[in-house]
Amino acid sequence: MTYKERLDKRKFDEARKIEAKVGVIPNADGSAYFKIGNTVAYAAVYGPRNLHPKFLQDPSRGILRCNYNMMPFSSSWGRVRPGGNRRSKEISLVTQKALLPVLDLEDYPNSAVDVFIELPQTEAGSRCAGICAASMALADAGLAMKDLVAAVSVGRVDDELVVDLDYQEEAYEDGPVADIPMAMMPNHDKITLLQMDGLISKDDLKKVLEMGKKVLKDIYEVQKKALKDKYKTEIKK
Amino acid sequence: MSKINVKDNDIAVPGEVLAVGMDSFPGIGTYREGENIIAARLGLAQLDGRTIKLIPLSGRYIPKKYDTIICAVIDVNFSGWRLDTNSPYSAMLSMKEATSQFIARGADLTKFYAIGDYVSCKIINVTSQKLVDVTMKGMGLRKLKGGRIINVASNKVPRIIGKQGSMISMIKDATKCSILVGQNGLIWIDGSPEGELLAVNSIRKIEEESHLSGLTDRVKEFLEKNKVTVKAQ
Repeated sequence: MTYKERLDKRKFDEARKIEAKVGVIPNADGSAYFKIGNTVAYAAVYGPRNLHPKFLQDPSRGILRCNYNMMPFSSSWGRVRPGGNRRSKEISLVTQKALLPVLDLEDYPNSAVDVFIELPQTEAGSRCAGICAASMALADAGLAMKDLVAAVSVGRVDDELVVDLDYQEEAYEDGPVADIPMAMMPNHDKITLLQMDGLISKDDLKKVLEMGKKVLKDIYEVQKKALKDKYKTEIKK
Repeated sequence: MSKINVKDNDIAVPGEVLAVGMDSFPGIGTYREGENIIAARLGLAQLDGRTIKLIPLSGRYIPKKYDTIICAVIDVNFSGWRLDTNSPYSAMLSMKEATSQFIARGADLTKFYAIGDYVSCKIINVTSQKLVDVTMKGMGLRKLKGGRIINVASNKVPRIIGKQGSMISMIKDATKCSILVGQNGLIWIDGSPEGELLAVNSIRKIEEESHLSGLTDRVKEFLEKNKVTVKAQ
């Protein structure tokens, strides 16, 4: 059996519906909301702030700490046990590594920037949604950044190359599946996150990354618009 | 031929190409990469001759030499006081810089400033590792008694003060309050309850609309509309 048409009738290079908003958490220094399909991510940035324990302090630059958390009833397949687990720890780490290349923390020695990513609802592509939200929140917090980071998953379902897999596609059983989350600095064409689960040929990987890059440019436009919209407030009468 | 992609007061986001070509120069908050001048933070674009700079719209306060700030006392130790500067770094107020009074050896320093007190002070030194030293010797630097403290974004402080203090003196006149604005975003307001409330509301209005033009007129209108009959204290 071959995969001729996507289960939700999207084109193969089409992402799910995207929504973004900035400044959703008043108590945070910067915050953002990012929704792609049924996956929702909130990111809150606190800092730069005083860093303890002291041995973590770096006298040459500030450090970035990320925390990825799926809420207990957020999953599309069952309850997630609250608190950290091996998966969330890994995703927190790759999120931090995906965001660090754009950040310039040299002006804030011995301090920390904390990013908290909360997912109240997920259906595949949660780490990518988290990275998109976090990069907007970091920009909203007024940190020096050379670019934003946009992220999406690409991959292969059966013999088709697809962009932005949903849960049905990730769990496709009638053929091989590859799930490749990627994050990129859209203005520099540099990839900051690339992971893979599954099987794909070298040529197909190159092709699908190009497909992903096109979608990431669109996601960047959404992020850009959300950031600009925050400051287009009407004058109160 | 160079091309400038932004107008004055446009909002720029990180990574956005502000101008192409070598005729423009990158100012604060921007950087050059090849031919392009690129935004390095979220900010308001300003064209200053051939220089393009970005005025930040958000961000924490970072201590700077000669800034006058309002701090809370968070610790008292043998040689002075540690102050919270509303930034990632705390400041040290040494006994020598705290007061011109004589402090006897072994005196109880909480008699001067106790934990939780607010003081206005001036930064005299910031090291590369952001160790901050402050002084309270100088005009208007004192312990703040009574009144209330509010917290605003530190990059809105210049708009709250206005050109030559025009905005803040307008609020002071309308509300009959004494107001002290710290560069770190803490503001001390002391007056009648109605006056304090009006001052807080007008400062919040400035904070929200600081990036829009015609601010002074709108604040003036707001103060007149909500005018309170207050007795001068």
